[in-house]
Amino acid sequence: MSGGAAENPSVAALRSRFGAAVERGAVQLGATVVWVARERAHEILAWLRDDADQRYDYLIDVTAVEYRDRERPLELVYQLRSLPRGLMLRVKVDLAKDRPLEVDSVVDLWRGADWLEREVWDMFGIRFRGHPDLRRILMWENYAEGHPLRKDFPLRGRFSRSEQVRRALGADLRAHYSMEELSIAEAYDALPADVRERLSPDGPAGR
Amino acid sequence: MELTGPEHPGAPDEAERAGFLSPNWVTARLDDLVNWSRANSLWPMAFGTACCAIEFMATAASRFDLARFGMERVAYSPRQADVLICAGRLPFKLAPVIRRVWDQMPQPKWCISMGACASTGGIFDSYAMVQGIDTIVPVDVYVPGCPPRPEGLLYGILMLQKKIKRETVFDPDLRVERLADQQGLFLEPAAVDELSEPFGNSVHQTRSA
Repeated sequence: MSGGAAENPSVAALRSRFGAAVERGAVQLGATVVWVARERAHEILAWLRDDADQRYDYLIDVTAVEYRDRERPLELVYQLRSLPRGLMLRVKVDLAKDRPLEVDSVVDLWRGADWLEREVWDMFGIRFRGHPDLRRILMWENYAEGHPLRKDFPLRGRFSRSEQVRRALGADLRAHYSMEELSIAEAYDALPADVRERLSPDGPAGR
Repeated sequence: MELTGPEHPGAPDEAERAGFLSPNWVTARLDDLVNWSRANSLWPMAFGTACCAIEFMATAASRFDLARFGMERVAYSPRQADVLICAGRLPFKLAPVIRRVWDQMPQPKWCISMGACASTGGIFDSYAMVQGIDTIVPVDVYVPGCPPRPEGLLYGILMLQKKIKRETVFDPDLRVERLADQQGLFLEPAAVDELSEPFGNSVHQTRSA
């Protein structure tokens, strides 16, 4: 589906520098997509960010796609933008299903990848090596039914409704959030003693 | 009858005796009095989770003016509220939250389930959504609609007022807290499953395991 738009020149630059690690490139609906090898994805993304001719300094999104065809690999999608050059580049990594779904985290390159990668882990079960805090982000932490956006995940979940309600009502609210996520955590030591007591895990707020 | 003695110094004259039975005095059933005061000063605890909350705001604003029905003050503290209004779909992640809000509300308290999603799960027949908040908290009035118009919510509130006016303060079971049982459920598991039965187009979808 070539929309007639020209291919982003970054693909040619990637090919000349990384050779076979750049698996293929395509222009889809005007957007340039490039598939890269899983093992070198981090290195390639770092180069795209840092090279003086590339300067993809903004990571718009990290997400994943699973297709209905069972043999097709999962696709991990990085949507990049170069703010100084005004260019977009979509980088995809194929993750074969017969191997562990693992890839290097890019949080060290773009801090904004933190929650995006947590969401991909939560919804698709793709692990990000080197992520500083790879926990679920949408579902609660002790959610036990799997990764909901996978094709083998039943729409209503794996447990019966009563079991789901029972688990939900029995959920520890502290598993939903961590102190690090609450901005108050930074000011915790400066709080009055009674407020601190109330917020502590053993206090009334934690029940 | 002559009223004399320390409490009634001197004999009352006719005007005072007439005043005792003047329109300044009424007799009433205690239920009527209590229910009248309860029904006409319901303070809602707005638990807005989705688009129904927008309609709730419209209901509370000047055009529809919730305050006409004694809901002058929308309490955002469950401890000072009488009616829990769940306006919007309730994901499982929020289920323990609304349960705790309900537990924190003092008796007497009531609950309005506003909209299709709060009442049945609505279009969200998915892994993430509670299929009707009546599996979590007891509900007095269900307001249908997606979302209900303010008139719909007002009608639900008027129905709740009507219901309250038929209560009796001498019913020992009426205002008893119903806590979760040993299984951690508010209803029997079979009842939860039955209430969550699929409907509409989604009956053909099956559950694995």
